[in-house]
Amino acid sequence: MRSKITAVSLAATALTFMVSGAALAETQLNALFMAQAAYSEDDIRAMTTEFEKANPDVKINLEFVPYEGLHDKTVLSQGAGGGYDVVLYDVIWPAEYAQNSVLVDVSDKITDEMKSGILPGAWTTVSYDGKYYGMPWILDTKYLFYNKEMLKKAGIEKAPTTWAELKADAQKIKDAGIVEYPIAWSWAQAEAAICDYTTLVSAYGGDFIKDGKPAFAEGGALDALDYMVDSYKSGLTNPNSKEFLEEDVRNVFQNGDAAFALNWTYMYNLANDPKESKVGGNVGVVAAPGVEGISEESAVNGSMGLGITSTSEHPDEAWDYIVYMTSQKVQNDYARLSLPIWASSYTDPAVTEGQEELIAAAEKGLAAMYPRPLTPHYQEMSLALQQGIQEALLDMSSPKDALEAAAENSGLE
Amino acid sequence: MLSDRKTLHVWLLMLPLLCVMIAVIGWPLIDTIRLSFTNTRLVGSEGEFVGLHNFTKMLSSRNFQRAFSTTMQFTLISVTLEIVIGVLVGMLLNQKFYGRTILRGMLILPWALPTVVNATLWRLIYNPEYGAFNAALLKLGIIDQYQSWLGQPQTAMMALILADLWKNFPLVALIALAALQSVPNDIRAAAISDGANAFRRFRYVILPYLVGPLMVAVVLRTIEAFKVFDIIWIMTRGGPANSTRTLSILVYQEAFAFQRAGSGASLALIITLAITVLAVIYIRIMRSWAGGTN
Repeated sequence: MRSKITAVSLAATALTFMVSGAALAETQLNALFMAQAAYSEDDIRAMTTEFEKANPDVKINLEFVPYEGLHDKTVLSQGAGGGYDVVLYDVIWPAEYAQNSVLVDVSDKITDEMKSGILPGAWTTVSYDGKYYGMPWILDTKYLFYNKEMLKKAGIEKAPTTWAELKADAQKIKDAGIVEYPIAWSWAQAEAAICDYTTLVSAYGGDFIKDGKPAFAEGGALDALDYMVDSYKSGLTNPNSKEFLEEDVRNVFQNGDAAFALNWTYMYNLANDPKESKVGGNVGVVAAPGVEGISEESAVNGSMGLGITSTSEHPDEAWDYIVYMTSQKVQNDYARLSLPIWASSYTDPAVTEGQEELIAAAEKGLAAMYPRPLTPHYQEMSLALQQGIQEALLDMSSPKDALEAAAENSGLE
Repeated sequence: MLSDRKTLHVWLLMLPLLCVMIAVIGWPLIDTIRLSFTNTRLVGSEGEFVGLHNFTKMLSSRNFQRAFSTTMQFTLISVTLEIVIGVLVGMLLNQKFYGRTILRGMLILPWALPTVVNATLWRLIYNPEYGAFNAALLKLGIIDQYQSWLGQPQTAMMALILADLWKNFPLVALIALAALQSVPNDIRAAAISDGANAFRRFRYVILPYLVGPLMVAVVLRTIEAFKVFDIIWIMTRGGPANSTRTLSILVYQEAFAFQRAGSGASLALIITLAITVLAVIYIRIMRSWAGGTN
């Protein structure tokens, strides 16, 4: 009896060791994503589950934060000695991340197949100073969405191709009493406002920085803010835009309270879904307009990439995960809320079917993508500009004065 | 001898707590002081000694001065309203009426709610497109169309104060209620039979019992309000046009968004100093009050 008990306990002990041994062999990765626009949380979880199935020895803990928390959370965890292996990052951060060694340089891991297959514009998302700090994942820009039914009611036959035309169309819609405030934007004191502003800066051919100094208080960049203020004061823009983020814009638009809206790719299929939206089936999309004599269309580079943190203890597994997430197959399978980085996907019926309008808009928009400045002082400059834009909208100062004050506060001089 | 042993006992019992406090408060504080004299960045290499540069730069910057006045405005208005409304509600709940116990229980709900939840709720309430606040005011005929409460500098601060007030007046009300229950009934009865009117009864009979506990509430609430961060960060992120950017938000941006740990630390120390000054003033007032009544 006694020996039986001993044998059983020995077996139990051995089993415990085996189980814990197996647990030790499993690699845990922590990945930080955002819960806002582009791929939904459900999509990212589903992609990750598929990766885990194919790689049973890797377990991935996902964490989602709002876009507004993504940068600070990444930097803070890095300052505290790490925590994440894979982080999602915006196109505006590689300069700062590279300078502060937040991300690993993966230039030698990028294959020729990746280089030739991925759209050139996408690579700008992850490169700084000739090096690659990850893989592009979300290829996005702001598009002009419009309510087809409202345009038709106002006798407008096609979507506007210039910002002046947009203004005239919005006036027609307002005058016809179809909707009180025809245009919705995301002008809250956040990065979202800078994305809308950059779209207009690209249309007016403006510059953010020239010779290392802020240049946004003149020329096209000043014209861009003038346009925003004019649109706001003339009552064509929903006055609540100055507290809207992207999701507020989507809500207003899909509630039928706006004829035009500037937003990211993800809004197209959501606003066109009758289950989600009151205007389902009536949503049109084009590349954001241009300015006569200056540009055909306008666009901001709002892309995002996936990178490995320099504190990660499992950079190889992290890279496998990134390669999987950015692979053409995965991107084609989940192309409803975010379009692929791969050039050939845009002619693949599996991707284009049912969203031909979006693909057509993307072909023009993605080619026109205008970068926000690559500077390690980006956060400071952006915040100063956000304040300047809001001061001008609120009539606290003229657009020129507001931008000059922003230049002074930008940390660039 | 016995008292020596007792002292030793007390210190021995306090030792674990002291160790924890030194580790989680003492060391970070000393490190913050050290950082404030350097130009260290949050991530990357250790900075160099820059003397008082961070302090002079901060104190002379327009952003600091504006944030300081915003913080003072928030603190003064919200704490005053919390005290007034808290005392009134406390007095109301001290009356005998049917359902009093349930109401007293419900009073604690807003205070027990996490600030993040409270802020998110109020953001929805103030929503310019479908918010309940707009709907209520429109139905009452106070406004003729929906307003962007958090999108206008003039209204954003008041909207934030209202949200903060809703969450924090219960604490003051509870403290006031507890203090009111200690007012002896015979003194109240004597005051009534002496013909004192309601105001005089409040001023000379009830207030002396309230002042001490209320001072504690004022100190606690002032310190909390001066440090306010979460409710503002969620509702306006300091906007519109930085009109609701308080000192704590400025510290956060300086240290974490712009990654200037050195000047962020100097700003944090300036705030700590300001709060210490406020606390000392309150304690002086409390002492003089206590001395006066004795």
